[in-house]
Amino acid sequence: MNERLISENDLQAFVDDRLGPDSRAEVEAYLAEDAQAGTRVARLRALRDDLRGAFAPIAAEPVPPQLDLARLVAARRRPRVSAWQGLAAALLLTVGGLGGWIARAALPNGSGGISVLAQEAKTNYVVYAPDRSRPIELAATDRDEITRWFSARLKRPVAVPDLSAAGYHLLGGRLVATDHGPAGMLMYDDAQGTRVVMLIRSFGEGGDVPMVEHIYGSIAGCAWARKGLGYSLVAAADPEVLQPLVREIRRREAADAHG
Amino acid sequence: MQQMMLLVEPLIPALRRYAAALTRDRSDADDLVQDTLELVIARWHQRRDDGSVRSWLFAILHNLAMSRLRQSHRRGGAHLPLDDVDEASLAVPPHQEAGPQRHDLLRALDALPEEQRSVLLLVTVEGLSYAETAEVLGVPNGTVMSRLSRARDRMIQLMDGEAATRRPVLRRLK
Repeated sequence: MNERLISENDLQAFVDDRLGPDSRAEVEAYLAEDAQAGTRVARLRALRDDLRGAFAPIAAEPVPPQLDLARLVAARRRPRVSAWQGLAAALLLTVGGLGGWIARAALPNGSGGISVLAQEAKTNYVVYAPDRSRPIELAATDRDEITRWFSARLKRPVAVPDLSAAGYHLLGGRLVATDHGPAGMLMYDDAQGTRVVMLIRSFGEGGDVPMVEHIYGSIAGCAWARKGLGYSLVAAADPEVLQPLVREIRRREAADAHG
Repeated sequence: MQQMMLLVEPLIPALRRYAAALTRDRSDADDLVQDTLELVIARWHQRRDDGSVRSWLFAILHNLAMSRLRQSHRRGGAHLPLDDVDEASLAVPPHQEAGPQRHDLLRALDALPEEQRSVLLLVTVEGLSYAETAEVLGVPNGTVMSRLSRARDRMIQLMDGEAATRRPVLRRLK
């Protein structure tokens, strides 16, 4: 009475609920007629459910921290921190010693100084960069909207810097609050998913400030001010992350200065 | 890498489950998943764009598990009989009402040949398609089907055998 032979593969697929409605009906008809096959298939289905039930609780557990993907990505970079310390030492020499480094950062003015800007950028990096669900509010596809939004709130034209030459692509941005008014926060990532944050806000009467590097434990950044806007770029303290960006920004600044 | 987070992170609970079912030791299982994820991070850009990320992940985990299993066999360790294993290291948490049936189920699973056990777990517990399972194990679809059929019948046989010998003993313990 079956129109075709029911194969063992059909029975297995039936057990796994992977047959289309027609084949399923055929197998059901076959099983209704063949009591022995019916009993076997019923047991195989019960076995399937028991196996699923036995291991289901494991997948419902929270994932332990050792398996946190973001942490594992970060851990791959950790051994290179000592290289960063070498870079920091080299920077100290170029800036002219630690005194100069700090003194420049502490200049008081209406904008809170470049170190305050750097601190604000670091705070936002710490909050938003690890956020997996919504690190940004407007995506890179809304670049124009981001530009309009930031420009309107900072009351001057704000450009969204293109860091792709350094391997970083815009993820998007959001407006954030600082003690010195609204700031535009942009987030970029590279092919490895390393995120960097750029904070842009009005720098008041602070004037132009050349790029200054900052290190806060495992986080590093550089900040500068130009034409009334303060910029601060923050990344994990890893020269492999920051160096290409610093180079790219320096190159851009030099081009601006000459152009 | 943003894409990697989106695609890989949701699969980690399932990878832990498969690793636990394969190794039957929770801490070995998580070590295995960690090694898998580290490989995934390192090789993300080398994977085939057209392939299923899920098969790719399970394949990496499976291959790591198999090479580790072979190593420990060579060292003469591994696969303790279930009764000798510390309860806490079992794949299934003890509070899961591990009654005699569950016990028989896990013993039967452990007694399956490795190649049958993987197919059975990937298809039934992980819900991989037959094609994905074939991809993970690097075998033809037909092999998946025949291993699946043999694995299931063998499980039933083993469990019937276990039930016959074990249940009276368990009753007497009460």
